[in-house]
Amino acid sequence: MATDFIIIGGGLVGSALSHGLLKAGATVTILDEGDLAYRASRGNFGLVWVQSKGDGMPEYAQWSRESSDLWVDFARSLGEATGINVGHHRPGGLELCLEPEEYEAFETSIKRMHNQGGVGDNDRRMISGDEVRAMEPNVGPEVIGAAYCPHDGIVNPLLTLRALHRIAANAKADYRADHRVERIIPLGQGQNGGFRVVTQRGDFVAGKVILAAGNGSAALGADVGLDIPVGPERGHIIVTERTRPLFNHVLGQVRQTDEGTVMLGATKESVGFDTGFNPAMIRQVASNAVRKIPALKGLRMIRSWSALRIMSPDGFPVYQESDEHPGAYSISCHSGVTLAAAHAVSLAPRLLQPGFNDHYAAFSPRRFDVPKTD
Amino acid sequence: MFQRLTDPSRKPVSFRFEGQEIEGAEGDTVAAALLAAGITSLKDAPASGSPRSPYCMMGVCFECLVEIDGAGHQQACLIPIREGMDVRRHLAVQNIGEAVAGDTQ
Repeated sequence: MATDFIIIGGGLVGSALSHGLLKAGATVTILDEGDLAYRASRGNFGLVWVQSKGDGMPEYAQWSRESSDLWVDFARSLGEATGINVGHHRPGGLELCLEPEEYEAFETSIKRMHNQGGVGDNDRRMISGDEVRAMEPNVGPEVIGAAYCPHDGIVNPLLTLRALHRIAANAKADYRADHRVERIIPLGQGQNGGFRVVTQRGDFVAGKVILAAGNGSAALGADVGLDIPVGPERGHIIVTERTRPLFNHVLGQVRQTDEGTVMLGATKESVGFDTGFNPAMIRQVASNAVRKIPALKGLRMIRSWSALRIMSPDGFPVYQESDEHPGAYSISCHSGVTLAAAHAVSLAPRLLQPGFNDHYAAFSPRRFDVPKTD
Repeated sequence: MFQRLTDPSRKPVSFRFEGQEIEGAEGDTVAAALLAAGITSLKDAPASGSPRSPYCMMGVCFECLVEIDGAGHQQACLIPIREGMDVRRHLAVQNIGEAVAGDTQ
């Protein structure tokens, strides 16, 4: 049966979009992969983060702040619709600094964003080590200061994904796991004929198609005239045993869940699609975490993993409707958790209206088409 | 709650939980022996304080942590009982970190 939309990718981006589209009355098919997919939505840290977003693109700073605001009601509505408490909190966030260079880098970034203008109410500011310790008694003496932003928060990404999938199922979305998409065929003569999406387990037809497959979107974009310049960046996470609540705020690299588990991050490596385990990275994460929060030294590490971020060349989202085949969209971003609320509430309705590219002009991949100088 | 399948070939092994004498059978894990003895909660949840029971019985969920012979953070579902073993409720996380006023997480 043909639906209004096919969403390729059932992670946080695709699921959030399905939520908004279903709410607007559209019919939706979601084509997802299986357990062997890279699944950034299941490997990430769970921050709803504003403070560092948009240095170099003020629209992205505003967009992140908008999503942080939308998350408050969004989380509540997910809970009401499903009974799942997704664990959203917005107590404000701290990026702790151990070295003067880190502190200066944050300070410089704040000035740069201020000078860029149009950033909106990012409200990030630097605070001293003593101010940090007054806010967070478990922060150790080696911390010299922090970047603080009152709009930062956290959410449980796994429960968010589960709530979104349950809502999609209740709204009779056609969700297909283990349906890896092989290619997309635009239908009809020229434009607006819809799309046939070919999977290993059969074809699906829809009026519009959305590529929300994370790093998997890059290869599929060419089928519908979309340039999606994203690639993998590996990060490692450590998970400790549960302990009692240690923090009043969210820390950028030390996040405690509602259940008491402490998650430690974050590393950045360019190693292609290798989701292997690098012990050197784990040592670095653990050692930094213990310098920042000495009390963590008594906790046992339970698990660790690596996962792949979805990174564009400048780290900002890539949103576009195909000029060549209107009705085909790329919704690609690194921050599927932070932006889930904005994607569901704000962006999804735009997929039902004309003028998508005008509205999201800042996020167009045209920004990468800079003439080369020899 | 749990009933033991009778197997006369398994020798009795006695150990202590919170000072109380418990009799299990050779080959029991600490968690299995305690559950069979009617002791269902081995720890309290660190965040909420609610009592927790062994759940997965295969080393994954960490709901069965106990202190054994003075060593904290032991997974009761993975460790076989030994004669004279001294098992205590899991308290080890209580000395982690400063007290935090508001439970905001």
